[in-house]
Amino acid sequence: MDNKLINNSKSDKFILFLNKIMLGLIVLIVTVPLLYVLLGSFLQPDVLLTKGISFNPSHWTIDGYVRIFQDGTIMRGFLNSILYATGFTLVSVIFTIMAGYSLSVDGLVGKKALMLYFIITMFFNGGMVPTYLLVRELGMLNTPWAIILPGAITVWNIILARTYFRGLPKGLIEAAMIDGASDARIFLSIILPLSKPIIFVLALYSFIGQWNAYFDAMIYLEDRSLYPLQLILRDILIQNEVQPGMIGDQMARAELQRLAEMIKYSAIVIASLPLMIMYPFFQKYFEKGVMVGSLK
Amino acid sequence: MATSKSDTLYGNTPPVKKKKSGALAYIRKNYILYLFLLPAIVLVFIFNYVPMYGVTIAFKDFSPIKGVWESEWVGFEHFRNFLESPNFQQIFMNTIKLSAFDLLLGFPVPIILALMLNQLRKARVKKNIQLIIYAPHFISVVVIAGMIFIFLSPAGPLNTILGLVFDQPISFMSEPGYFRTIFIASGIWQGAGFASIIYVAALSNVDPQLHDAATMDGATLLQRIRHIDLQALKPTMTVLFILAVGGIMAIGFEKAYLLQTSMNIPASEIIDTYVYKRGLQAADWSFGAAMGLFNSIISLVLLVIVNFIVKKVNGETLY
Repeated sequence: MDNKLINNSKSDKFILFLNKIMLGLIVLIVTVPLLYVLLGSFLQPDVLLTKGISFNPSHWTIDGYVRIFQDGTIMRGFLNSILYATGFTLVSVIFTIMAGYSLSVDGLVGKKALMLYFIITMFFNGGMVPTYLLVRELGMLNTPWAIILPGAITVWNIILARTYFRGLPKGLIEAAMIDGASDARIFLSIILPLSKPIIFVLALYSFIGQWNAYFDAMIYLEDRSLYPLQLILRDILIQNEVQPGMIGDQMARAELQRLAEMIKYSAIVIASLPLMIMYPFFQKYFEKGVMVGSLK
Repeated sequence: MATSKSDTLYGNTPPVKKKKSGALAYIRKNYILYLFLLPAIVLVFIFNYVPMYGVTIAFKDFSPIKGVWESEWVGFEHFRNFLESPNFQQIFMNTIKLSAFDLLLGFPVPIILALMLNQLRKARVKKNIQLIIYAPHFISVVVIAGMIFIFLSPAGPLNTILGLVFDQPISFMSEPGYFRTIFIASGIWQGAGFASIIYVAALSNVDPQLHDAATMDGATLLQRIRHIDLQALKPTMTVLFILAVGGIMAIGFEKAYLLQTSMNIPASEIIDTYVYKRGLQAADWSFGAAMGLFNSIISLVLLVIVNFIVKKVNGETLY
C-alpha cells in the first residue's frame, strides 16, 4: 500500500482522522458490554449493583461459577448441545455435500427440475404449526431427532456447495473419467480431498447455528434432561429461575435475588466464551463462506 | 441393476429395451449421482413439502383425532377470524413497523462500516478491528436477550449512568415505547460488523488505479467514495436488499419472543410470536396455520414486488 503518490488535501486528511476516531468509538461500543459482563461475573453482586465495576481484589469472587458447576444443569445442557450440534452438523454436511456435488455435474439429466424442487422451499414453507404437527405425527417429539432432522437441509447450503464444486478444475474430473473412474470413485478420491474448505465452512455454520439455537428445542422438547444449553440459559437469564442445585442453604429473598443476578453473568460467560475464543482461528473460513455464497 | 442382469445373462429381453432414450441411459449410467441426491430430496420432501400440504389445515377445522385429511373444510373462516380480531391491526402493524424500521436503519450500517474500514491503510489494524466487530455475531440470541435485560434493568448500568441526569430509573423493558429501539439497536450492535464482510470484500476488488486517477483529477475523498466505492457496492447492495425485503415478515422473531414482557406486549407482539402462542401453546392449530400462511404470502408478494421495482430502476435482479 504505497499511497505517497496520492496527495491528500487538508480536508481529506481531517476526514481520515475523523474516520479513525469513529472506528475507535465503534470498537469501544462493541467491547465495553462484553467486558462488563466478563468482569461482572467475577464481582460480588452487591458491589456490582452499588459501585459498578471494581478492581479491588477483595470484591472479587468466583462464587457464581462454583454454584453453576455444583448444580450440573448447565453442564448437562452443555453436553446435550454438543450432542445436538454434532449430530445436526454430520447429517447436514454429509447430505448437503452429496447433493451439492451431484447438482454441480455438467449435463446431469433433470437438473433444472431438481433445482426447482429445492429452490421452491426458499420461497414458501408450511410454517410453524404444520411443521410441529408433522414432527409430532412422526413420533419425534421429545427426542433429539426433532432438533437434528427438520432443519438439516437448507437450499442455501446446497447452492453454496454446488458453487464451490463448480469452481474446481474440470480437467481433473475429465481425466479421471477417461481413465474409467466411476462417479463414486471420482467423488471419493478426487472431489472430497479438494473440498476441505467448503466442508469446513458448512460444518462451522451448522455447528454454531445449532449451538446458539433455542426455539426448536423449546417447541419440541419437554423433558428437562434433554434441554440444550440455550434453553437452560433462557430459564436463568429471561425467566429468572434459579436451579435448586445452585442454592446450598436457606436464603433470604434479597440474598437469593443477588445470587440470581451473579449467576446470570457467569452463565453468559460460560455459554459464550468457547465460541469467542475459537472464532478468531476460524475467521478466514467465515469470510470464505460469505464469499462463496456471494458468487451465486 | 436387475434389468441389466437379464439383458446379459439370458439375452431374451426384446431388443427395443436396449435402445433406451438418452435420459434413461444417462440416469442408469450415473445412478450414483442420483443416489447422492436421495437423502436431501427425502429430507426436503418430509420436512418442507409435507408441511406445505399440512398448511391446508388453515382452511379446515383441524382435530388431531381426525387428522389433516379427514378434518372438515371451513374455507376462509380462520383468516376472517384473524383479520376481524380486535388485536389484528396492532399485531400486523407491529410486525410491519418492527421489520421496516429494522431494515431501513440496519441496512445502511454495514455499508458505512465497510466504507470506513476501507479507508484504513494499515492492514493489521484493519484485521484487528474486523476481528472485534465480528465477535458479537457469534453470541446466541438468548445471551443477547439476557444481556439486554441486565443492562436495561432499573438497577442496571445504563440506568446508573442515566441516573446522573434523571431522578427516576427508566424501566425500559416494561415500556412498550422502547421496544423497537431496543430490538433494532441491539440487532445493529450484534450484526452490523459481520454483515460488513461482504461489502469489505467487494471494496477490495476496486481497482486502486481508479482512485489514483480520480485524485489526479482533483476529486476529494468523499467524492471518490461516492462515485467509485459506492458504485462498486451497488450490485451487492441490490441483491441483499431484495433478500432482506423478502424476509421482512420473518424478521428476528426468536429475539422478539425473548424480549417480550407482559408489559411491552402492545409493541412486541408480532405475527410470528402470536402464531406460536395461539397455534402451539393454546393448540389452536388451524388458526395458527392460517396466520402463518397469511404471513408467508405477504413475504412472497413483497419479494416479487421489490424484485420488480429494482429491476425497473437499475436492471439488477435476484432471479
